[in-house]
Amino acid sequence: MIQDVGWKVGGKQGEGIDSTGEIYAIALHRMGYYVFTYRHFMSLIKGGHTNYKIRASNRQLRHHGDDLHVLIAFDQTTIDFNWKEMVDGGIVIYDASAFEAVKPSDRDVNLFGVPLTEIAKQAGNAIMKNMVAIGVSAAISKLDPEEFRPVVQDKFSKKGQAVVDSNMEALLRGYAYFQEHYHVHFPLPEKPDLRGVDHLFASGNQATAFGALAGGCRFLAAYPITPATEIMYWVLEQFPKYGGVVVQAEDEIAAINMAIGANFAGVRGMTSTSGPGFSLMMEALGLAGMSETPVVIVDVQRSGPSTGLPTKTEQSDLSEAVNGTHGEIPRIVLTPRTVEECFLYTAEAFNLADRYQCPVIVMTDLYMGMSFQSVDGFPVHQVRQDRGKLISDEELAKLGRFAYQRYDASVPDGISPRALPGQKNARYVALGNEHNGFGLEVEDQETRVAQMRKRQRKLKGFRHESGVTVDGRPDAPYALIGFGSTYGVLEEAREVLEIQGLPVKHIHFSRVWPFPAEAFHDAMDGVRVALVTEQNATGQLKRLIREQAGYHDVLQSCLKYDGDPMSLKEIVHTAYQTFPMGVLN
Amino acid sequence: MATMLDYQTERATWCPGCGDFGVLNAMQKACVNLGLEPEQVVVVSGIGCSGKMSQHFGGYGLHSLHGRSIPTAQAVKLANKDLVVFAAGGDGDGFGIGMGHFIHAMRRNVDITYIVMDNHIYGLTTGQASPTSDVGSKTKTSPQGTVEQPILPLQLALAQNCGFVAQGFSGNVKQLVTLIEKAIQHKGFSFVNVFSPCVTFNKVNTYEFYKANLVDLDQDPDYDPHDRVAALRRVAEANNLVTGLIYEDPDRPSFEESLPGYPDDAIVSRDWTLRQEDYEAILATFR
Ligand SMILES: Cc1ncc(C[n+]2csc(CCOP(=O)(O)OP(=O)(O)O)c2C)c(N)n1
Ligand code: SF4
Repeated sequence: MIQDVGWKVGGKQGEGIDSTGEIYAIALHRMGYYVFTYRHFMSLIKGGHTNYKIRASNRQLRHHGDDLHVLIAFDQTTIDFNWKEMVDGGIVIYDASAFEAVKPSDRDVNLFGVPLTEIAKQAGNAIMKNMVAIGVSAAISKLDPEEFRPVVQDKFSKKGQAVVDSNMEALLRGYAYFQEHYHVHFPLPEKPDLRGVDHLFASGNQATAFGALAGGCRFLAAYPITPATEIMYWVLEQFPKYGGVVVQAEDEIAAINMAIGANFAGVRGMTSTSGPGFSLMMEALGLAGMSETPVVIVDVQRSGPSTGLPTKTEQSDLSEAVNGTHGEIPRIVLTPRTVEECFLYTAEAFNLADRYQCPVIVMTDLYMGMSFQSVDGFPVHQVRQDRGKLISDEELAKLGRFAYQRYDASVPDGISPRALPGQKNARYVALGNEHNGFGLEVEDQETRVAQMRKRQRKLKGFRHESGVTVDGRPDAPYALIGFGSTYGVLEEAREVLEIQGLPVKHIHFSRVWPFPAEAFHDAMDGVRVALVTEQNATGQLKRLIREQAGYHDVLQSCLKYDGDPMSLKEIVHTAYQTFPMGVLN
Repeated sequence: MATMLDYQTERATWCPGCGDFGVLNAMQKACVNLGLEPEQVVVVSGIGCSGKMSQHFGGYGLHSLHGRSIPTAQAVKLANKDLVVFAAGGDGDGFGIGMGHFIHAMRRNVDITYIVMDNHIYGLTTGQASPTSDVGSKTKTSPQGTVEQPILPLQLALAQNCGFVAQGFSGNVKQLVTLIEKAIQHKGFSFVNVFSPCVTFNKVNTYEFYKANLVDLDQDPDYDPHDRVAALRRVAEANNLVTGLIYEDPDRPSFEESLPGYPDDAIVSRDWTLRQEDYEAILATFR
């Protein structure tokens, strides 16, 4: 089992909650711990409740954890809102110079008042109460406060050394105050041995953006939308160094059409968005499919429908990704399970798009996209660039004029070589209208059927990773099934259930289209009851599995759509209700 | 050197007499005159009769979606700056469904040439009112006459400080060729609106109508196409019925020139593999 500590800071939006959490998380990470952060925030800029959770451990974390040991409360709302997560004996630090905390009665938790604002004032400025809180936290967890200095330096050095010094001063005062007045502790577990590990701190969004760059993407067009915008930020910082272009498009319709234009011209281009923007892209998805133009679309899902809960997580765009757009097109839908896979799969998405000349959708979600975590490096050595079938100038010279067929329907695998604008003897029209081999708009039935068949053939020979992973005992009669970001929490659930004596395996999709039927059937071998765990209300993954693979009597649902990420307890609880009690073998 | 023959395609499917033939000829001729090879030229079109332009032109083409030629064309150009890129479409395509992109393209100023075949009607969908239809136009969707004010493309472009604004007429291909040549040569976004009669569905805005009513500003020695405010007044006074180079600001920097990090060589021709030291630099940002 994971040894860990859950820490959270909460207050009003605009009170610097994020930067408090960020400084604490980065410091713990740099000290050598594994951290996983989760931000709870609302769709407003000031006021409202916001909090930043950090789970720290000496083991790789894939989930923010259900439990809370230390809570820093800048207001009473923070206590009321987060009370239920606290473990017995947990510590609440509240700002005694701002309010007198009221303790809810149903939990054995300790309230400790620390005059955070007052101490901050003594150090120079009331706004540094968050640094005081970090100092207090360091004392609670028995951390050396000097270990925070480099992080504080990085964070504030732009504002001058005086600001760095006074922030450090506030931190040390908080540390001293707690040491002096209280004697409770929640020490962190032993630090892990990080030799031979590239201990990195990244979010899914950053990993996705990095993956794009590594995969050869040099064009991004996007329109701001939570929780996808960070992808654009990262790319904006990096692309100019590598000759790439970023366009803030006027809307998502422009964004995806731009990405298609870049790919048509031969540059790997993508667009990144979230649900509402993804919906706006549906018509162009059809164009990419019909014109056989590669394009990569990243959908960082959030709670829908419509504007829904814009700052909350969900996995409810799956049906749209698999079925969306008018008519029928081949497409590939990847659902990375981890931050490392966000990197690798996004890089790979460009190869798949080029190889199969169709749209590739990379689906993550707010939970994966915006949660920062420690990872043991990125699989940079696994990145390869494969442009798929491009016709060369020499081949074209041999063909001569008017012979090149961009959409030659007779190719057995349905994938005809692409020419790029500028190449001689190959000019053609890429188009959304039905067309013949040369790309000329024609409407006769024979051509229509031949071209439909050609496009449908493409993915028949789809080759990539299996798309499904299995963890745990292969012969287990019970299975937890999920896709994408719930990988971490499902793995923890599997471990808990196993320890409690239930033979469970964990089947997880890292690709939902083309549906990895073979690998899934193999994974389901021996399964009598499976709990499909997904963050939507209608069980979209379960429906897809039933449609593509069957198992009607075997599949049950564990659904969550209240905006919060899956908790371990919920899954374990539902598993106990669903899987028959007791051990069978 | 390419000739008109090199730009020829097998067939054009417009109605005999359609104004779009003149636009096609003018685009091809302008490219020939500038010594461009067909494979260097990309026409990105929207949907409509006008959208067929990408098919008929004879260069590389991207026949995109209704109203979306502009974003697509901008990206083609950004990806490969060595190409000459046209966006082309109709008045419904460009001023109806795609209007937003037009305005933003003027802001952004990517070096493409935008050609609108303005026939004041929806042709391909068989004759509905268009955003440029005059008030009172009787069409299938306005049997009593349209009640909405028409879009004023030139005024719009001038107000938005578009770096190159011209208007031509399919009945005067010679002038149109010159305008398109200048538009191609202009660095940045250039807009050429063309009165391109629909002989099938629009019985009002005909060749005869334009011949009788258009004023050619190119022939006016007193007209200064560098004075934006005067241009606005002149266009308004003539009720838009002008042709010629309306306005040009040759000094306005293009998006490509202004964008930090935009490479000097075409992006498509670069090696996109990250080197070990690139990886090191990026990984350092995650520590
Ligand atoms: C999203 C979408 N909506 C509607 C249509 C139908 N449609 C095709 S062409 C057209 C209008 C074309 O008019 P215009 O742009 O003026 O071109 P013209 O045919 O007159 O050259 C419409 C509405 C479409 N293809 N796509
Ligand atoms: S309907 Fe009008 S616009 Fe379309 S081809 Fe015929 S004449 Fe041209």
